[in-house]
Amino acid sequence: MRHSTRLPLYITIVTFFVAYAACIFQFPNMLSSRVVANLLTDNAFLGITAVGMTFVILSGGIDLSVGSVIAFTGVFLAVILRDTSIHPLAAFAIVLVITTVFGAAMGAIIYYLEMPPFIVTLAGMFLMRGLAYVLSTESVPITHEFYGWLQSLYWKAPGGGRFRITGLLMVLSFVAAAIALHRTRFGRNVYALGGSAQTAQLMGVPCARTTISIYAVSGGLAGLAGIVYSLYTSAGYSLATVGTELDAIAAVVIGGTLLSGGSGFVAGTFFGIMIMGLIQTYIVFDGTLSSWWTKIVIGGLLFTFIMLQKGLAWATTARIPRANVSAARS
Amino acid sequence: MAVDTPPVLHATGISKFFPGVIALDDVELALYPGEVHALLGENGAGKSTLIKCLTGAYSRDGGTILLDGKPIDPRDPLSSQAAGIGTVYQEVNLLPNLSVAENLYLGRQPRRFGMIDHRRMVRDARAVLAEYGLDLDPARLLSSYSIAIQQIVAIARAVELSGKVLILDEPTASLDRDEVQLMFSVIRRLKARGLAVVFITHFLDQVLELCDRATILRNGCVVGTRRLESVSQTEIVTMMLGRQLEAATKHHDAGPPGKLLLSLRGFARRGAIEPFNLDIHEGEVVGLAGLLGSGRSETCNAIFGAQAADRGTAELRGAPLQIPNPRAAIRHRFALCPEDRKTEGIVGDLSVRENIILSLQARQGWFRPLPRARIEEIAQGYVKALDIRLANLDTPIRLLSGGNQQKALLARWLATEPDFLILDEPTRGIDVGAHAEIIALIERLRAQGMALLVASSEMEELVAYSSRIVVMRDRRQVGELRGEAISPTSIIRAIAAEEEAVA
Amino acid sequence: MIRATIRRILPQLVILALVLGLNFAMFPGFFHLEMHNGRLFGNIIDVLNRGAPVALLSVGMTLVIATRGIDLSVGAVMAITGAVAASVVTEGGSWIMALLAALGAGALCGIWNGFLVAVLRIQPIVATLVLMVAGRGIAQLLTKGAILTFNDPGLIRLGGGTILSVPTPIWIWVTLAVVVGLVVRRTALGLLIEATGINERSARLAGINAKVLLIAVYLVTGLCAALAGIVVTGDIRGADANNAGLWMELDAILAVVIGGNSLLGGRFSITASLLGALIIQSVNSAILLSGMPVEFNLVIKAIIIIAILVIQSPRVKHSIYLLRASSGPVLARRAVAAKGAVGEDHP
Repeated sequence: MRHSTRLPLYITIVTFFVAYAACIFQFPNMLSSRVVANLLTDNAFLGITAVGMTFVILSGGIDLSVGSVIAFTGVFLAVILRDTSIHPLAAFAIVLVITTVFGAAMGAIIYYLEMPPFIVTLAGMFLMRGLAYVLSTESVPITHEFYGWLQSLYWKAPGGGRFRITGLLMVLSFVAAAIALHRTRFGRNVYALGGSAQTAQLMGVPCARTTISIYAVSGGLAGLAGIVYSLYTSAGYSLATVGTELDAIAAVVIGGTLLSGGSGFVAGTFFGIMIMGLIQTYIVFDGTLSSWWTKIVIGGLLFTFIMLQKGLAWATTARIPRANVSAARS
Repeated sequence: MAVDTPPVLHATGISKFFPGVIALDDVELALYPGEVHALLGENGAGKSTLIKCLTGAYSRDGGTILLDGKPIDPRDPLSSQAAGIGTVYQEVNLLPNLSVAENLYLGRQPRRFGMIDHRRMVRDARAVLAEYGLDLDPARLLSSYSIAIQQIVAIARAVELSGKVLILDEPTASLDRDEVQLMFSVIRRLKARGLAVVFITHFLDQVLELCDRATILRNGCVVGTRRLESVSQTEIVTMMLGRQLEAATKHHDAGPPGKLLLSLRGFARRGAIEPFNLDIHEGEVVGLAGLLGSGRSETCNAIFGAQAADRGTAELRGAPLQIPNPRAAIRHRFALCPEDRKTEGIVGDLSVRENIILSLQARQGWFRPLPRARIEEIAQGYVKALDIRLANLDTPIRLLSGGNQQKALLARWLATEPDFLILDEPTRGIDVGAHAEIIALIERLRAQGMALLVASSEMEELVAYSSRIVVMRDRRQVGELRGEAISPTSIIRAIAAEEEAVA
Repeated sequence: MIRATIRRILPQLVILALVLGLNFAMFPGFFHLEMHNGRLFGNIIDVLNRGAPVALLSVGMTLVIATRGIDLSVGAVMAITGAVAASVVTEGGSWIMALLAALGAGALCGIWNGFLVAVLRIQPIVATLVLMVAGRGIAQLLTKGAILTFNDPGLIRLGGGTILSVPTPIWIWVTLAVVVGLVVRRTALGLLIEATGINERSARLAGINAKVLLIAVYLVTGLCAALAGIVVTGDIRGADANNAGLWMELDAILAVVIGGNSLLGGRFSITASLLGALIIQSVNSAILLSGMPVEFNLVIKAIIIIAILVIQSPRVKHSIYLLRASSGPVLARRAVAAKGAVGEDHP
């Protein structure tokens, strides 16, 4: 029955490769290191955000604030680099602390005031977007030389693909998250909370600490995504990344994680992101298709994966065998 | 288990009060290593309150608990577990979305270089489970195994974490016969390892098969502790129910029942109730007797379509009838007052008035609201007729006492003017006054020509109003008592199903 | 009855009065009305007019939330129905046909959501997420990605015109609120919705057809979103699939929550939700009039929401209850009870 939890993951991975193969069949040019490198670079900030979202959703929650946190981070960095002389690395550290504390505060409100995550993070979304506006309503360019240096770091693969440091950061986030989720007690507690918060409490899971940490991770990763986004655009703009939370949630669900929590893999989220990126790349290559097809296809994929999960759940409950008893008796 | 071994757990003078109720009164419980000790009593006798006091889920109002001779004062289930008392409930308190091994080791997973060592955890889990006679793959999800296996995993976790006393609260309630045997073999292994096991169940035959001693509770007091090899099943049932067997007999003459109303043939629902036949006439009260878990509620639910039957046929006044859902049943003027008032009966935040007219309104349809004057008339009428005590009709029903909630639910159904009224434990958890009124009401409704099916665990009550009593056991009908044959003695005998004549 | 209603909406009335008072303090001409070319002008009219889309959405959202559900798709449905209406008139249809087509599209969207929730039993937040994501794409498909402009006077009047000097959107949302309010309160629907939201199991056993009821509620929400979509489309004389109704589902949910309706379902008040919608709009107006940079709008909104939510949180409510009880007679009774208990312990 391990298969029943991994099945959605495998389906996502197979979907990605089949879709990629189909794309290559139609546009042989899509088989290039350039396309792969762009998939990683263009989706780096979304991927990092989706990693945090995976933690939150696995625990049975949701975080609507991440898009605003990214915008806030970008504006904060741009303003602080424009108005002060502190080094970008120090600015990165400050902004990561702010976003992590912000996430932890939301987690604490959710746990201690017993309020639905949806509403709490909705308020957080308004607050962060508002703070970004307060800092600047204009798009603020970032011209620091350190930025230029970071952006000039890439590995040029044969075929012309430029693998940048942001893509590497995303991949590292996924690897770190996978290790944290599967190989640490904190990670298993995240799954336990998603299974049933009440039972987890009875089994001795430190629910307060875990809930706060989960939202802190999500906030911190959204901050990291904000840094990546500012590297990507060389600017901070308070109207940027509106709706990123939706894309992140969609990637998590397409990646095979159950929105009600407790089941899923961060690797699935990676391929969810890649599928969404692939759709966009395909539309660019095609040239005649319009961008709205992205949304429709992603909506369709969402529905398909939700129904798949539902079907699997039905199949599993119907199949729980009493026969196991005789098999197990020794 | 020699007499001179000191008890591993000795609780004395345990008392617990709730507002207006003494839930436990000076209760004593002694558990010896290597015994399986049954805790018996009908609902409300105080079994679960006692367990909750022992595990710290409730703070007790008096008494001492000695574990290995040392006093302990558990504040919550986690601390009692750390002290040595593990508990496993009927609903498996594990996480179905994690693997078996993780459920065993959650919070104390073996680590290597700070990372969870999955391989070692699975290996350890396999070894632990082998001691319980289970040969399964601990890396698989808990939810991929049957409830019985999940129960045993829960037991294994509790024993691993506590190791002195294991409390099993109705662990067999949702298991089938083979699974019960598997569970028993596990419990016997634990007994052999010197654990003290408390076993709570409503299945008496399981108690006799498995347990060494039993403590019987009634109304929050210990009636007695017995070695089970020296008592009969009838004696235990008598202690549980607190009836003198020769006391009450049937004391009213209902007269002949009216026309046949409902006739069920081969009615059944897989996993809930075995096929049964039942005829119900107008002006007749059919009692459903049996211990908890015997299938009383399941019978009621199947007839009302709440958990629709998947086999069998029904005829209403000779015409074939389908009852796929409660709406269909209500359309044919059936009514059901469910056993679990809180989750299946009342709509807590709605007012008493709204609760009373809810079913009538649902049957009328969305767009034919009852006129306000009629609502008032119905609600006021029933409040008066059933003597529902409340400040005013706008009070949310959840604020009423159990007895008044029950009367309001009866009013809800009487307002629909049913031909056939099913009552599942109508007097559970209500005070003495309301109790008598509800019994009088049942008698009155029968006299008016209504057909009633009443499931109850109160023998005397059943004797008082039933024209006929169907006795259930192990989810099937095992007997029917009529007329002069109805008495608490005969019911208890039929439940205990002792072949040989006693008394 | 009327008294109970007033007591229910009193907190929202007080908050609204406070915010309006603040507006008045900062801008004494706030309540001033004047006629200009047969149209009423004034800040208060603006609040009522600009608040129309959220007010319309909050009517449906109140019902959905009363059933323990939520509808994330209403913003996207607004975009779809706006696009449908605009395409009908640009293809030469009359504004009535456009209106009917838009309502039909809204109804379809609602039934889809209701089907997912009631029949397939998917969590409402997940079920409506599908349409939230795909809906805007569908709308763009209809408008071919451009802003579909039109000159049909009928459709424009629905969003930007007046009837008896009062802007049409105000008429529309007030009429809808009155009609829906009357229908749910004068028929049994309101009661049955509340019963289903509080305890679906009890409701089902009492004979309520919860499945059809749920679908109907999502259908009504779809229709409300359709009206909101038409108002927005008529106002800007075009269907902007990208921005029409963007994030408005969040404002609508917020209006319902500020209206004191629990996200856990049950008792609801459409009036209170509408007041919530007006509070949101008045806050926007106050920030605008205060001369404070618009940027502060969201921050202040967030702070207000957090304050209202904290007051409504079960934990805080419970502590307030305990605080009150500790000074009142409840404690005295408790002390007596405790004494009695101890007495029985040691007779």
